Amino acid sequence: MNPENAIEINNLRCGYGGRDVLDIPRLEVPARSFVAVIGPNGSGKTTLARVISGVIPRRAGSIRINGREDSSLTRRARARALAVVNQNLEVGQITVEEYVLMGRIPHRPPVRFFETSAEVAIARENTRLTGIDAARHRPMNQLSGGERQLAAIARALTQETGILLLDEPTAHLDIAHQVRILDLARRLNREKGITVLLIIHDLNLASSYCDHLVLLDHGAPRFTGSPAEVLTADHVESVYGARVSILPGPYPGRPLVIPLGDR
Amino acid sequence: MSDRRRYRAWIITLLSLLLLLAASLMLGLCIGETTVSPAEVIRCLMSNDPDDTPAYVMRHLRLSRVLLGGAVGGVLGLAGVILQGIFRNPLVEPYTLGISGGASVGVSLAIVFSLRTVWEGLALPLAGFAGALATVFLVYGLGTRRGEMRVERLLLTGVMVSFISSSIVMLLMATTSNMNLQGIIFWIMGSLNETDETLTRLLMITSLASLALTYPYAPALNATRLGMEPAAQLGVNTTRVVKALFLIASLLTGVCVSVVGLIGFVGLIIPRLAHVLVGSDFRVLLPASFLGGASFLVLSDIVARSVIAPLELPIGVITGIVGGTIFIAIAGIGKTRVSS
Repeated sequence: MNPENAIEINNLRCGYGGRDVLDIPRLEVPARSFVAVIGPNGSGKTTLARVISGVIPRRAGSIRINGREDSSLTRRARARALAVVNQNLEVGQITVEEYVLMGRIPHRPPVRFFETSAEVAIARENTRLTGIDAARHRPMNQLSGGERQLAAIARALTQETGILLLDEPTAHLDIAHQVRILDLARRLNREKGITVLLIIHDLNLASSYCDHLVLLDHGAPRFTGSPAEVLTADHVESVYGARVSILPGPYPGRPLVIPLGDR
Repeated sequence: MSDRRRYRAWIITLLSLLLLLAASLMLGLCIGETTVSPAEVIRCLMSNDPDDTPAYVMRHLRLSRVLLGGAVGGVLGLAGVILQGIFRNPLVEPYTLGISGGASVGVSLAIVFSLRTVWEGLALPLAGFAGALATVFLVYGLGTRRGEMRVERLLLTGVMVSFISSSIVMLLMATTSNMNLQGIIFWIMGSLNETDETLTRLLMITSLASLALTYPYAPALNATRLGMEPAAQLGVNTTRVVKALFLIASLLTGVCVSVVGLIGFVGLIIPRLAHVLVGSDFRVLLPASFLGGASFLVLSDIVARSVIAPLELPIGVITGIVGGTIFIAIAGIGKTRVSS
């Protein structure tokens, strides 16, 4: 066990209805790192997010969060250590401000009915930080996909956790919003020392932003390391079964993956 | 701050609803076989003279009836909003989950097997409650696996249990005597005409207790608006919250149904109205649904007993017609609001 790991997984097996989706001998996310989990559809990326956040049971193995066995953490303690931004955000008629304030739930005594002005101030700070302060009185279901993701990040930051787990935060977003959200994640990582575990489909965004990649294949980490180590044509072709070409890209050590179709 | 303004709006809404309830109760006391003024109502309520017949009727019959209406309406409105919250489905009401079905089977069996003659007035409520209780645990047991509650499963089981019980009731109705048949139909249509004051008092305590027992769950219910998994990721013990609220809401409904029969639509329509009025925050939604349901049932009862006075219409008919119409009207409002 390494106390410097924000998340540490050992011999984890979990899945749905008798079938194992994940079988991870070992996976480490060092504290204050920016790690991406990539992999094909159905390789277990979202299941990984769900098991780390404790919402699905596991068949075997252990997960340590900040060095502590997660079975010894209460739900609330876990929510104070790790905040999750989910892929599908189904929020109804509540305003951005109310939504962001929900990030204080794990810090409150379970039966306290009204938010304090200190809590409102924390929420406000995070709507400013994520750049959605102007929208704070609007209902969540009237926001664009990008604004909704930013609100979700503001809510996660309001939880004031050391670890941020982002599940496909850039899915269905345009390039400008993709950059805006990942720039924000990187800034939080560098300036606030927040550990970011990013689950992402887009290999090039993963390569450009993250220091460390984990390539999942059929529920197990197949290749791990720096973008240049993981994103080789052989690796990508063997996991995805698609022909690709690897280009150097604008930043050293951060290659770009170009899919090659039939020509 | 905007927060303070919001809280003030909540307090004003709740006070208005409280006034509405007080006005409904007063109206219910004024209107009857002989219609009297509010001043006369107050005089009657204060009177201690045992030979004062109007005062006796007021204190023991009318008062009992309007309070019963308020108590039952409050529980049904509250149970509706809670169940819609935990199932995240605006079509769920206490009766969708088979609770009323179970109570009907209990009561029908009691009538068919003439238990009424054994315990007098308490037989039907007890049989109804036993039926409701059996259904609640049946639905709960079938909807839970390895300690995890499956919300969809629970809902489906409830709907199926409803169908099965209404078939059983029809079977009993088809095979029993005409007199028993009438008894069953009369009970199914629902009535606030309960003469046993102990039962009324019991229901009032149950009703107030229902609000006190469920209100502490308001913050957790608020979190479940994000979905069960996101709420769990915020540290809310969603399994425990859903279980506790399901049991509280359905047992309370069972108590009401077993005393007053099937009074539908309150649990469906009142939460919708409350949503339109106060939004989706359960801290205000719970008391608003309680007060709204109480007023709605008291007012419906006034209509039920004055339209063809001195005869009475079944109150379930009034809540169904009025409730259904309002529901459609609100659905229309909702649509225009989305498109604008």
